Amino acid sequence: MPYLQSRSLDEALAELSAAPLAVVAGGTDFFPAERMRQRSRAILDISRTEGLRGIARVPGGWRIGATSTWSEVARADLPPAFDGLRAAARQVGALQIQTSGTVGGNLCNASPAADGMPPLLTLEAEVELASAAGRRRLPLDRFVTGVRRTDLGPGELVVALHLPEPPEGAGAAFVKLGSRKYLVISIAMAAALVTLRGGRIATARIAVGACSPVARPLPALAGALVGLTPAEALALPADPERFMAGLRPIDDVRGSASYRLDVAHALCLRAVAEAARGAADA
Amino acid sequence: MRDAEIAATVTFILNGSAAEAAPRPGETLSETLRERLGARDVKIGCNAGDCGACTVLLDGAPVCACLVPTQQAGGRRVETAAGLTRDDPHGRSLAERFQDHGAAQCGICTPGMITAAVALLRETPAPDAAMVEEALGGVLCRCTGYRKIIDAVTGAPAALSGTGRVGDAIRRTDGAAKVSGAEAYGDDVAPQGTLELRIVRSPHAHAGFVFGDLDAWAAARPGIAAVLTAADVPGENRFGVIPGFIDQPVFAETRARFRGEAVAAIVATPEAAADFDPGDFPVRWEPLDALATPAEAEAPGAVLLHPERPGNLMCGGRVACGDAGAALSRADATVEGRFLTGFVEHAYIEPEAGFARVVDGRVEIHACTQAPVMDLEAMAAILGVGRDRIRILPTAVGGGFGSKLDISVQPYLALGALKTGREVRIAYSRTESMQSTTKRHPAEMHVRIGAMADGRLSGLVFEGVFNTGAHSSWGPTVANRVPVHASGPYRVADYRAETRGIFTHNPPAGAFRGFGVPQAAIAQEVLFDELAERLGIDPLEFRILNALENGAPTVCGQVFAQGVGIRACLEALRPAWARERASVAEFNAGAAATGSALCRGVGIGAGWYGCGNTSIPNPSTIRAGITAEGTVVLHQGAMDIGQGANTVISQIFAEALGLPVAAVRRLGPDTDLTPDAGKTSASRQTFVSGNAARLCGASLRAAVLRAANAGAGAGMALDAGTLAVREGGRTVQIALAGLPTDAHGYVFAAEETYDPPTQPLDENGQGVPYAQYGYAAHLAVVEVDRALGTTRALHFTAAHDLGRAINPMLVEGQIHGGIAQGLGMALMEEYLPGRTENLHDYLIPTIGDMPPVTTIIIEEPDAHGPFGAKGLGEHVLIPTAPALLNAIGHATGLRLRRVPVTPAALAAALKGAAS
Repeated sequence: MPYLQSRSLDEALAELSAAPLAVVAGGTDFFPAERMRQRSRAILDISRTEGLRGIARVPGGWRIGATSTWSEVARADLPPAFDGLRAAARQVGALQIQTSGTVGGNLCNASPAADGMPPLLTLEAEVELASAAGRRRLPLDRFVTGVRRTDLGPGELVVALHLPEPPEGAGAAFVKLGSRKYLVISIAMAAALVTLRGGRIATARIAVGACSPVARPLPALAGALVGLTPAEALALPADPERFMAGLRPIDDVRGSASYRLDVAHALCLRAVAEAARGAADA
Repeated sequence: MRDAEIAATVTFILNGSAAEAAPRPGETLSETLRERLGARDVKIGCNAGDCGACTVLLDGAPVCACLVPTQQAGGRRVETAAGLTRDDPHGRSLAERFQDHGAAQCGICTPGMITAAVALLRETPAPDAAMVEEALGGVLCRCTGYRKIIDAVTGAPAALSGTGRVGDAIRRTDGAAKVSGAEAYGDDVAPQGTLELRIVRSPHAHAGFVFGDLDAWAAARPGIAAVLTAADVPGENRFGVIPGFIDQPVFAETRARFRGEAVAAIVATPEAAADFDPGDFPVRWEPLDALATPAEAEAPGAVLLHPERPGNLMCGGRVACGDAGAALSRADATVEGRFLTGFVEHAYIEPEAGFARVVDGRVEIHACTQAPVMDLEAMAAILGVGRDRIRILPTAVGGGFGSKLDISVQPYLALGALKTGREVRIAYSRTESMQSTTKRHPAEMHVRIGAMADGRLSGLVFEGVFNTGAHSSWGPTVANRVPVHASGPYRVADYRAETRGIFTHNPPAGAFRGFGVPQAAIAQEVLFDELAERLGIDPLEFRILNALENGAPTVCGQVFAQGVGIRACLEALRPAWARERASVAEFNAGAAATGSALCRGVGIGAGWYGCGNTSIPNPSTIRAGITAEGTVVLHQGAMDIGQGANTVISQIFAEALGLPVAAVRRLGPDTDLTPDAGKTSASRQTFVSGNAARLCGASLRAAVLRAANAGAGAGMALDAGTLAVREGGRTVQIALAGLPTDAHGYVFAAEETYDPPTQPLDENGQGVPYAQYGYAAHLAVVEVDRALGTTRALHFTAAHDLGRAINPMLVEGQIHGGIAQGLGMALMEEYLPGRTENLHDYLIPTIGDMPPVTTIIIEEPDAHGPFGAKGLGEHVLIPTAPALLNAIGHATGLRLRRVPVTPAALAAALKGAAS
């Protein structure tokens, strides 16, 4: 049972196309799951693969390499529109998990409660995939397709996330609800990205996690907030049928479906209000 | 060679020195460090990144070593607690400060805590408490309640005092090994490469099963040294802890009665054990209908878990005095409620683990335990041999809280070692620890309480059904203890309390800090607030008015002439009560004005707890001697599971002997060397073993003074093999080397036993169940977010009457830790078989969930305790959950009837109240 570690991406992709391999980057999801399986597998370690790591300004936006860790995201010098993503980075498990765990791994693990998903949705992230056959890009909400399901094909690796230039002056926030402070899987969470004009919300993007198989944007709620002051936004009455359409929360040990639906509204509004505080008024 | 192929060996810098290892594919850094490089200061708590015990620094950044493929460490710097506390200035300083604050109790999380703290201090040398919480949020601790850890890392001044006399706040005498990680727990003692056990467990709550051809299965698999089943148990395939209730099999024989019950085990090489898949084991399961609740188990026609127990009734308990019915009828106000609690998991960070070998025909068991001599008795019955054929060598214990009173790994280790003739080890995975070991009993309690218009109690009726799971364990103790305590520490003249313990197809419910009393306290204390409100009386004054006092009978008819300290505890809360109520009222007015979802509340809970066994003998024996070389040796068999018995027993012994505690060398625990000091449970070690230590110290002192022909007031000093006894102006020098030695090698020796004076209870529970009780009252301040249903504890004030604080630092540590467990029980913890079998679905408080605690120590001396001391270990948790529920009730107006009050549960209650 080999353990492969590749410096070159082409080499890694060649290995991956030749034989089924378990891909490991940070290991934070891999090892707990592997221990439940009771069977060791051949491993491809991409933590040192060149070109997969790092956060950089690129023409038209930003690129986050797939094996960038959450600590790197949390410490990166990024504009306020990324504050939600950085806040999420600081709430993935705890420091130990953030040191090891990677952004790409968080997406590939495809947990409904993946902390990275809501802020990345508000940043309109695209996923870049590579295989020996070539490269492709697709929007994040088409990459993660269900509970523990992605569009990752055989022999394919997530290489990077591409984030288009966020709106000028945007502020962003992430709010996570759990039963304790640290090391907690979200009961529900919300991310918001907001621009202001004349003290009122000019544009808003909102996404909610842990309330559907895959985190979802809530465009109807975001639309309803446009034109409101942040204080007015905080007082917007709940209207689940209109605003929460698309959420399909479940009952589990962390909370009931109806509870999730109730708190999702409050979390979204709080995220919006906090995002507005970080936005530059135009 | 392909570019991608990696060399078989990995080299890195471990604590400043080059290290090299050849891990198998898929091996993690924690395993390589512990099993190939001897770095057993890296502890394993969960193997899933949920507890942080295995935290090491990789190029200076904290990681869970259990999640890092060893190959990723190649060429990098790895630092662990052993190296950091030896070489790093921050690490060395933290090692001292952790000891100064008592920030290490059991010590299993301490290497992870210190490692994470070094990473913080290198970036931020003077962090505040919030920064410490962020930095240590990934390491769980179940003992300390975290506040002492925060103090140690921020460098707050420590409150150490004295040299170790009774009443002095000295460091733990066993603390140095805990901070360096040198302390050896259950999984830290086996030699590398030892054969390993893996246990095959039932995946069903109730199932019949048959094995296939075990011999053929094993023969076909290299590395399998033996297979064990019930057929391999030479003695009785049963264990338990209460005579008459020995009903749990080592291996189920034809039917498994809970999910996680052992049916077989393999003994294998480490490689074969790592690859072992229980799904491959030749066993065929036939799932059967399972009884999940007492209601199902008590229904007519329900299948019997134990054929000799009709109705699935394990046993019941009863205490009655006066005429509760009549008193309730004449009461001016009555309240009642049906209260529910769930299974609670002990969640010590050290899973059960150990190692066994056969030495000169005797089996030696090295494992974590709270009760070495009970282990010896159980193993003698299971192995069908005399006790002299077994030696129990307890390892350090990484938390117990009651569950490690029962045997767990011990029989499998012994059977494996005997069958193979080789050394054998096992460490339970977190999941099998949670599945197979005991839990706190879920309770369904129906309680009615009355009072007269002047506030005097008038009648209390308590009916409790306790889900004891598949086997008895300590269930009878819970059934009997609860009726004695369900009145709370109050004068209740008319009282009836009845309990039933019911078998179900769940993990055995056993001992957990408080033995059912914390559950009963929730019902009684929450109803007290409602009764006070009904009468228009302040809840604290209502409790003070009804507080038990010296000279007043308990519900068992027992009258204490001294030492009833509950009134003093409650009165000590008056200033905080007034201040916090005013502050909360101000906050809530402000919050209401701004439309905030936040509201705050203050609540009180009180409790009492009888120390030691209920009405049955409960002796402890302590032996000591002075060698010809001048060493004072204390044979200390009272298990220190983190609470501090090693230190407290030493302080008491030294005080009675009249020599400094620093002169005492501790020996044991080891059933070959230490006499039976009983089990570490029922808050009995300070009281009972402490008394034995006091008697032993006094007896040894008397022997020395006799030799010097000196009176009782003489002073004593020990210096280089000479004992100097001074009296008045006269000094007698005793040269120890010239004196004859006894069988243990001592020139002076003593052995003393103490057994608390109790008397049996009659059919109405009247009698003397305990020689002493300790008393406690907690005040909690909480903030509730009405929109989310979340509760945040803001502060606790905890008043405890413990008679005499032998070591105030250890006292504070117990109080903080008990509060943290009470907070977990109140707000987040519920074990659901099959659903919360790990530490990310079963949540215990983190460092960010535990607020500051103001501790108030009350010392109402006990007539029997050593220097007036009372037990404390369980008192610290009993008032916490009801104080929190009452605080939430104060904040929200809700009458809560069920724990845990999770955010979802509280939100549902708020929604129900609004509609």
